[in-house]
Amino acid sequence: MMYALCIFLPLAAAAIAGLFGPWVKDRGAQIVTCGAMLLSAVISIFILKHVALDGQVQEVELFPWIVSGQFETAWALRFDTLTAVMVFVVTVVSCAVHFYSVGYMHHDPGVPRFFSYLSLFTFFMLLLVTSDNFLQLFVGWEGVGLCSYLLIGFWYEKPSANAAAIKAFLVNRVGDFGFALGIMGVFFLYNSLSFETVFAATPAKADAVLHFLNWDFNALTVLCLLLFVGAMGKSAQLGLHTWLPDAMEGPTPVSALIHAATMVTAGVFMVARLSPMFEYAPTALLVVAIVGASTAFFAATIGMCQNDIKRVIAYSTCSQLGYMFFACGVSAYAAGIFHLMTHAFFKALLFLGAGSVIHAMSAEQDMRKMGGIHKLVPLTHMLMWVGSLALAGMPFFAGYYSKDIILESAFAAGTGVGYYAFWLGIAAAVMTAFYSWRLIIMTFYGRPRADERVMAHVHESPKIMTVPLLVLALGAIVAGYVGYDAFVGEGMQAFWGKAILVLPAHPALEQAHHVPFWVKVLPILVGLAGIGMAYWLYMYRPDLPGRVARRFRGVYLFLYNKWYFDELYDRVFVNPARYLGRQLWQEGDGTLIDGLGPDGVAAVARNLAQRASRLQSGYVYHYAFAMLIGVAGLVTLYLWLQGR
Amino acid sequence: MTDFPLLSLVTFLPLIGAVFILIIRGDEAVVARNARWTAVWTSGITFLMSLLLWINFDTAKAGFQFVEKSEWIAGFGIAYHMGVDGISVFFVLLSTFLTPICVISAWQVIQKRVKEYMIAFLVLETLMVGMFCALDIVLFYVFFEGVLIPMFLIIGVWGGQRRVYAAFKFFLYTLTGSVLMLIAILAVYLAAGTTDVPTLMRYTFPQSMQLWLWLAFFASFAVKVPMWPVHTWLPDAHVEAPTAGSVILAGVLLKMGAYGFIRFSVPMFPYATEFFTPLIYTLSVVAIVYTSLVALAQTDMKKLIAYSSVAHMGFVTIGIFSVTVQGLAGALFQMLSHGIISGALFLIVGVVYDRMHSRDIARYGGLVHRMPLYALFFMVFMLGSVGLPGTSGFVGEFLVLVGVFQVNTWVALLASTGIILGAAYMLWLYRRVIFGRLTRDDLKDILDLSPREIAMFVPLLAMTLWMGIYPAPFLAVMDGAVTGLVDQHKAAMAAVQSLSVAGR
Repeated sequence: MMYALCIFLPLAAAAIAGLFGPWVKDRGAQIVTCGAMLLSAVISIFILKHVALDGQVQEVELFPWIVSGQFETAWALRFDTLTAVMVFVVTVVSCAVHFYSVGYMHHDPGVPRFFSYLSLFTFFMLLLVTSDNFLQLFVGWEGVGLCSYLLIGFWYEKPSANAAAIKAFLVNRVGDFGFALGIMGVFFLYNSLSFETVFAATPAKADAVLHFLNWDFNALTVLCLLLFVGAMGKSAQLGLHTWLPDAMEGPTPVSALIHAATMVTAGVFMVARLSPMFEYAPTALLVVAIVGASTAFFAATIGMCQNDIKRVIAYSTCSQLGYMFFACGVSAYAAGIFHLMTHAFFKALLFLGAGSVIHAMSAEQDMRKMGGIHKLVPLTHMLMWVGSLALAGMPFFAGYYSKDIILESAFAAGTGVGYYAFWLGIAAAVMTAFYSWRLIIMTFYGRPRADERVMAHVHESPKIMTVPLLVLALGAIVAGYVGYDAFVGEGMQAFWGKAILVLPAHPALEQAHHVPFWVKVLPILVGLAGIGMAYWLYMYRPDLPGRVARRFRGVYLFLYNKWYFDELYDRVFVNPARYLGRQLWQEGDGTLIDGLGPDGVAAVARNLAQRASRLQSGYVYHYAFAMLIGVAGLVTLYLWLQGR
Repeated sequence: MTDFPLLSLVTFLPLIGAVFILIIRGDEAVVARNARWTAVWTSGITFLMSLLLWINFDTAKAGFQFVEKSEWIAGFGIAYHMGVDGISVFFVLLSTFLTPICVISAWQVIQKRVKEYMIAFLVLETLMVGMFCALDIVLFYVFFEGVLIPMFLIIGVWGGQRRVYAAFKFFLYTLTGSVLMLIAILAVYLAAGTTDVPTLMRYTFPQSMQLWLWLAFFASFAVKVPMWPVHTWLPDAHVEAPTAGSVILAGVLLKMGAYGFIRFSVPMFPYATEFFTPLIYTLSVVAIVYTSLVALAQTDMKKLIAYSSVAHMGFVTIGIFSVTVQGLAGALFQMLSHGIISGALFLIVGVVYDRMHSRDIARYGGLVHRMPLYALFFMVFMLGSVGLPGTSGFVGEFLVLVGVFQVNTWVALLASTGIILGAAYMLWLYRRVIFGRLTRDDLKDILDLSPREIAMFVPLLAMTLWMGIYPAPFLAVMDGAVTGLVDQHKAAMAAVQSLSVAGR
């Protein structure tokens, strides 16, 4: 009962705020949604204790959903350790974001709508992580996608926000396309969609063959790859990442909750959840690792050249998600989830901190127009430092523990892919530290570059915004240290129980504790190097970055324009689709089908009718002539038939 | 209860209402008012009566229920034979559910020839319900063709500017198909010696004959569905039809073709069904991709939704010809869902058309500022059309894909692209109409939904969500009939195979 309450409270709150917005007013909507979230967060702590620490898996069956022949699915909630961790992360971050939003959105005309969406999102996210079958996972998956669409396009008057919202929905749909096919394949192979049944049957299906697209493949590899396409879409991995930076058009709390802490991590969650399947599909794991490592590197390169404060953090998120994926790819799922948790805290902190800066700078997001405000917003300034230290993996902050264990696992995997991931991860770590301090220096230090009117307004945010930040900062500082043993250390086995399966043949995470010393310290050293470089370039020689950019103009433009992915997709997919649509409509439907079909037939009929009517001239000799021809014809025919 | 002619009552009650309206006399305003109220009451009571069909439906029994049979044209063995099974019962309900909504939607819009308009709709209801209940192939044909007449009049009399062109296009297309079906029915009668549908379902036609008969039925049904490339009547008919006409057209008339496939083509001609399945797959996949792309390029709201209907019906035909339990159940579910959602979307367009007299997408924008409630309803139906889980659109589409995946992965893959394109054109439509700045002066005092309009949309919204979240009651009713059909098809194919083996 308590379990179901935790999930459905946000839904109830969303319904009240959304449907009765005009009656409950702004204040009512805020109280209802924040109250519900607070309650959910408190319950989630009990759940975490009960399920993860005491090891009691819980299931709550609600009611049947789609039942057709052998195809049976029900609405059901399932809580194991993985779920409990996710529920904890989601509710706590969501709660912080709800409270923060009370301050951040206070002069927006659409407050009830905003809170309703936010709570609805939380509900779908919880539905996603508590699902006990593939299809319900898909419901949560699409539901969070919908809320993301609604929230990115929250300021619906802005054309750019609308475009970004549609882009997010469509790119995710491309991922879902793979996900849906994967689910169909799972049903085809297992005759069931329940996790329990599927996982139990997987070892026996390890060598099963699936006839897919006229080709015989290893069934599990195909299914895992199809499902992974879904994860790539949601978690903005290389190729399907283009929507995430644009999603920053939404209000900043949304970016913090959806596009940093929770929704975008759903892909990582899915891979971890399906670990009993992925473990038997080594090729799929290989792909996961390669995609993850490449994304981690690629997104970091772009992050170094962006000027919009939120976009820098967005690319950073993309890059960090890459880390989580390659952790999963080397079978260190627990490390991936560990990083997911710590990342949720420090990245939400960074986003909300950035929101606080934007709030202070009268909605300015361009870092080139900031600078010199660290004394005016001391608390925000300090919190951004905390977040960045955690992100760069500096010792004893949360990111240090989780990022290091990922890199160590990759190294310890001892495979080619493992080394590929390790070195790209190291390279990304340099860049992470670099762009984090570039952000801090450009934003807070140096000479103020904003105009005087804006500078006069710069102020620290109210308590309702800073208290949630402090909560998240606490997480960003201690989460790594507190969680290390249970998540990836000695208590690992007891903690995860059956929630995550790792085959004995994939001991990367076990081995990670026994890597050479240089592997352990290298991430810290390169992090420091990145920070140093940022200081040198932006603090002491502020003329240098411009010169570097001019000197290597090609590279700079390539990175600045995000490797030209958007342009490529526009050329290859978007424009041809529109062109084809217009052509098919006017030429295909109009000229061809209608021309040869109804309109053509009608024209021919009219033509024939006109000719026929011309025959009826009224002159007797015309008719006599016609009769004569007819008689002649008939006689000929008669004689011809006789002769045969 | 078993002897009570419930089906006939549901079928002919609207006709009685129509007769009442016919004899109303008096000055114009009085006639109009009385005609409206009579139509609402009649269709409302009919709907309630039809609910009894569902309540008393025995899901444990596979065959036809509420059967009525009496002689009609005795010399030829043609009977008045009515009955419903798990396949048809929901179409009866869909028809009786949508008709009152249509009547309400026309409350203020239709001001000329109100009496005739209401009569046309009630007659249409009788014919639709009769068609779904008919268990004699001649009786079916009579209803099937009869539907054309009131629809032709509704488009031709109360339609838009190019209404005559659209009405004739509609009539020509569908009639051409029907002529071939009539010939096929004659051939069926001559071969099997009966026109009784349950008997015919058990009759085995020679293989070569099956192919011809299948093609002849196909010609008629494909136009009605409509399948690509005989779909071009649909956009024109929708654009020119009055709102309520579009609702019935999309909601019920499009289902007649697919219903025909399930009722006749699949059970009567199993060999031909198997033989022509690749053709159906090809046409359906082309329909999904082609019309989705075309929908992207539309500038007229109604045309866009009309093209989306063609794409959605592509899923239905794929599901039917996968002849799997999930595929068939999904196809049936998709038809119901599409009937409700596309009907609702046409009503949504109707709301702004009534206010601004334009269907041009570019004419609107920023409506959310003035019409938040409208935006909410539109959003839900738009998402249903996109097939978001939790709405009815998802259940049908997904079951169809699950079904066809078991038979042919290529079709599943290509059809799934429809879910991407579908999202693209619907979101794009929504954005251009609802979001953005409100710039046009005449839109600045546009009114939000009236109570009458809310009353119209609430049932549709409730159905969309109910069927999406708790579809089990619907699927349970379908299950017996669908499983029976699949088993019968498998048995027939096994017989064909053993025959060909024995022949070698």
